Amino acid sequence: MLSRISLITMGAVLLVAGTATSYADGSPVLDRIKERGSINMGHRESSVPFSYIGDDGKPQGYSIDLCMKVIDAVKAEIGMPDLKINLVPVTSQTRIALMANGTIDLECGSTTHNLTRRKQVDYLPTTFITGTKIASKKGSGITEIEDLEGKTVALSLGTTNEKAIKRVAAQNGINIKTIMVKDHPQGWLALETGRADAYASDHVLLYGLISKSKNPEEFQVTGRFLSYDPYGIMVPKDDSTYRRLGEVTLADLMRSGEAEALYNKWFNPGPTQINMPMSDTLKMAFEIQALPH
Amino acid sequence: MNYNWDWGVLFREPFGGWLISGFGWTIAVSLAAWTLAFTLGSVIGIMRTTDSKLLRGIGTCYVEVFRNIPLLVQMFLWYFVFPELLPDDAGMWVKREMPMPAFTTAAVCLGLYTASRVAEQVRAGIEAIGQGQRNAGLAIGLTPAQVYRYVLLPVSYRIIVPPLTSEFLTIFKNSSVALTIGVLETTAQARQIEEYTFQGFEAFTAATLIYILVTSIVMLLMRLIEGKVRIPGMISLGAK
Repeated sequence: MLSRISLITMGAVLLVAGTATSYADGSPVLDRIKERGSINMGHRESSVPFSYIGDDGKPQGYSIDLCMKVIDAVKAEIGMPDLKINLVPVTSQTRIALMANGTIDLECGSTTHNLTRRKQVDYLPTTFITGTKIASKKGSGITEIEDLEGKTVALSLGTTNEKAIKRVAAQNGINIKTIMVKDHPQGWLALETGRADAYASDHVLLYGLISKSKNPEEFQVTGRFLSYDPYGIMVPKDDSTYRRLGEVTLADLMRSGEAEALYNKWFNPGPTQINMPMSDTLKMAFEIQALPH
Repeated sequence: MNYNWDWGVLFREPFGGWLISGFGWTIAVSLAAWTLAFTLGSVIGIMRTTDSKLLRGIGTCYVEVFRNIPLLVQMFLWYFVFPELLPDDAGMWVKREMPMPAFTTAAVCLGLYTASRVAEQVRAGIEAIGQGQRNAGLAIGLTPAQVYRYVLLPVSYRIIVPPLTSEFLTIFKNSSVALTIGVLETTAQARQIEEYTFQGFEAFTAATLIYILVTSIVMLLMRLIEGKVRIPGMISLGAK
């Protein structure tokens, strides 16, 4: 009797599991991806080497490679091997809004994971760690933020770097003149043309800008980290089933060493000669985030 | 949509203050640019209706150059390229010593751009009067300058109040382009609030309301002027 009931229950459970088209335990994102037959991937256009347009006109980079692994997991989960990938270009100003209003299903760029942003979006595990540093001309005598007393620094409007510089300057009573620029290329231009004495940004982006400048040997990146900026792939808020899928994928990559191989492909030395061997902090972060099954 | 609304952010310090300061910069850039645009635009517009080939040529060149380059590009050129064309000392002065470099550059750039559009309105107004009145003025012994001062301009400026209203409104909206060179006007402040709080929808709604408020006041003002200066029986009566 008992075994008959449990058999029927098991059969019913199997039946439900087999025919279920919607994720009853709540994955609106997987539901809408399945319904549309496509996934909308947000990408940047000049976040070298995370997410940028390559010579073939397609987005490429470290974050893009990681995202493709997550998309593979999504394909397997909903059983659609030929799921279409829609590429949606985003900027630092549009990425949060496009994620919150449901336009993109994941964002593959260079986005700092911070707690205020978590009011609107969620993140997958940290895949890169950087922080604010200062780029200046060699011989300018600038090494730390304290050396900027009375000098002019260019800041990119609305970045975590802008907040970091203003906070540290206020804390230490350093008197810095700031000029606002709209993006990284213009910040670099302000430094190159002498409108500013320094440009403050994430240190990895500064190395990228130097490697692409006309005279790389003229510039330097110096000083201590003025902020802590862990990058993560951004996903929609309040969908733990979908987020878990991404977390499992990244944990597997970090455990197997595939994540480190992808890192080396893009950074050591990488197609743009950025030459940044993996830091011990990031190695440790990968180990800690490689949760067991 | 999965968005966490929080209208209170607009009234929290320092964000409310940012919007007010942004509003102030929008007004400052626009009015400074309009002063330049109206003055220079009038001169260029009049030059394009004179008998002198040289003056007409200069006017035409000015209008075509400034009207045909996108404002965003002009902003970039004035801010980043123009100082590099000057001698080193002068370039450094523009970049460092000049008071409020971003604001000054934005006001001048927006003013020069809008001047080309005002010039076309002024020219259209003068040409709308026709050759007859000009000839009549000359025939009764007025000098060309007097013909402009007493016959053509008093009428043409009244005719072009409606199109000038459009230009005046546009300058407030175009002033948002100044954010690309770091002027923290209304749109820039809305972006700043978005980046600090990630409540972008609220911030941009507030910015939208500010622009509507400004343009409504301008429209009312221009309506008043239009009513005051209209010549009964002339075409601008139609707008009433």
